[in-house]
Amino acid sequence: MTNKEKYDQIFINCFLIQKDNLNDQLVYNSIKEWDSIGHMEMIAAIESAFNIMMETDDIIDFSSYTKGMEIIVKYGIKF
Amino acid sequence: MDFYDGIDVYRDLTAIINEDSEPTSYRTLLQTADSLKKHLEGKCVVFHVCENSLESIVGYIGFLRAKVVPVLIHDNINRELFNNLLETYKPKYIWLPQDKIGLKGDASPVYRLGHYVLLKTSFNIDYFVHDDLALLLATSGSTGSPKLVRLSYKNINSNAESIAEYLNITQMDRPITTLPMNYSFGMSIINSHFLKGCSIILTNKTLMDRTFWEIVKSNKVTTFSGVPYTYEILKKLRFFSMKLPSLKVLTQAGGKLGKTLSEEFAVNCKQKGIRFFVMYGQTEASPRMSYLPSDYAIEKAGSIGIPIPGGKFLLEDDNGKVITDYDIVGELIYKGENVCMGYALTYADLCKGDENGSILKTGDMAKRDVDGFYYIVGRKKRFLKLFGNRVNLDEVEQLLRNAGYDCACTGEDDNLKIFITNNNDHEKIRSYISELMNINHAGFHIKYIEAIPRNESGKTIYYVLD
Repeated sequence: MTNKEKYDQIFINCFLIQKDNLNDQLVYNSIKEWDSIGHMEMIAAIESAFNIMMETDDIIDFSSYTKGMEIIVKYGIKF
Repeated sequence: MDFYDGIDVYRDLTAIINEDSEPTSYRTLLQTADSLKKHLEGKCVVFHVCENSLESIVGYIGFLRAKVVPVLIHDNINRELFNNLLETYKPKYIWLPQDKIGLKGDASPVYRLGHYVLLKTSFNIDYFVHDDLALLLATSGSTGSPKLVRLSYKNINSNAESIAEYLNITQMDRPITTLPMNYSFGMSIINSHFLKGCSIILTNKTLMDRTFWEIVKSNKVTTFSGVPYTYEILKKLRFFSMKLPSLKVLTQAGGKLGKTLSEEFAVNCKQKGIRFFVMYGQTEASPRMSYLPSDYAIEKAGSIGIPIPGGKFLLEDDNGKVITDYDIVGELIYKGENVCMGYALTYADLCKGDENGSILKTGDMAKRDVDGFYYIVGRKKRFLKLFGNRVNLDEVEQLLRNAGYDCACTGEDDNLKIFITNNNDHEKIRSYISELMNINHAGFHIKYIEAIPRNESGKTIYYVLD
């Protein structure tokens, strides 16, 4: 599985959505599944899948599907 | 003194700071609150759709001062539930933010204040509301039950006094609203801090929002409160390495914080000079019943502490006999002026006086240690038998949580269902728990679930799993 596929799968699993929903419209609070609790679940899944530990600022800034990719690139994950 | 009539002594002190950092003095708060009075007739009921905003607080204080009875309702309530509540309680008025006007049913505006509007309903019925009745709260978030808890003026005032005393609240404290005000814990924070002339920082933002942390810093927030899940989020956000020099008090209630997490926060808070209070309550007790003094936060981690000033605990065995020995589990009974008058199921119940006589059977199973500290070990009836062995579902959950699994347990005799958010370790969990409890693994069934269903206060909603 590529990193992109892993990343996508986490969003699909955490927020119960389809691959078609993965775009720049997918942001924090845009769907009911992505509330504060959903956010923490997703962050935990990302950290464990890529074996990284994000900083507080990055966890808070991780506010969209697109932004998230920019953030985890900083931790050496390549897409 | 009470926290709505007596607070005019604070005059020009700041009562509220809104999301834009604009202050409102006690004088202005009370003048605005009293402007509602002339639009309200008689001892009646108001549906108050709450948010953490100036207008919402003004309404709350205004209703208490006018001696009308608000039903505090979460602003994310759906229309169907709201209508069901309307039909059940037939309130005379509705107080809600303009953008929730879709909820209103048949009602017309009589007064506007900022983005809130007071509506008069068309219910053509005048029913008697007991003089002592101050406000009505739902027992559980937005599950849809029309059952409400009846709280008296004495209930909320005595509880505000007790809380202010044990937290040692002074005018210098500046709490931020991390909980909805219709939730009894959120309400009690407002009550106890107004009582002491504090400035309350209002926000509807969540911890996951950058703005929230900016508000905490720029407004020098001293006091921060949360339910167990809040503390899990705080840990995840690396709260322990955050620099928040103004922060002096952390309080936790709304469910049991795991012993490990509780200890971690106690240790970290001590290092930072923050007083950390684990507390216990129920809406039925307005809501606070006990607190763990911060000096004991480490030593007695996992305990709900001691009764609040003015309150008493006792433990009862299955035969209703009082347990006097320590470390023996029984049902926790609370006695104090903050115990609610009773429940209401319809408007016809609002004429009733006090039915409880200051005594509350909590339904929680607890024990007391040799030093007089209480520990909740589970809830009444949350147990089942596996091959003849009595198993406490809350304890199984705790065991699995300590092993790092988010879970919820339910089921029936000989079939304990463990719902778990981890989809990989099913066999491992099964053998782990079976070994730990010395019960054959055939009694345990692991089911994967995307997320444990929780209400807005973080408590597990078990009926969704059944």
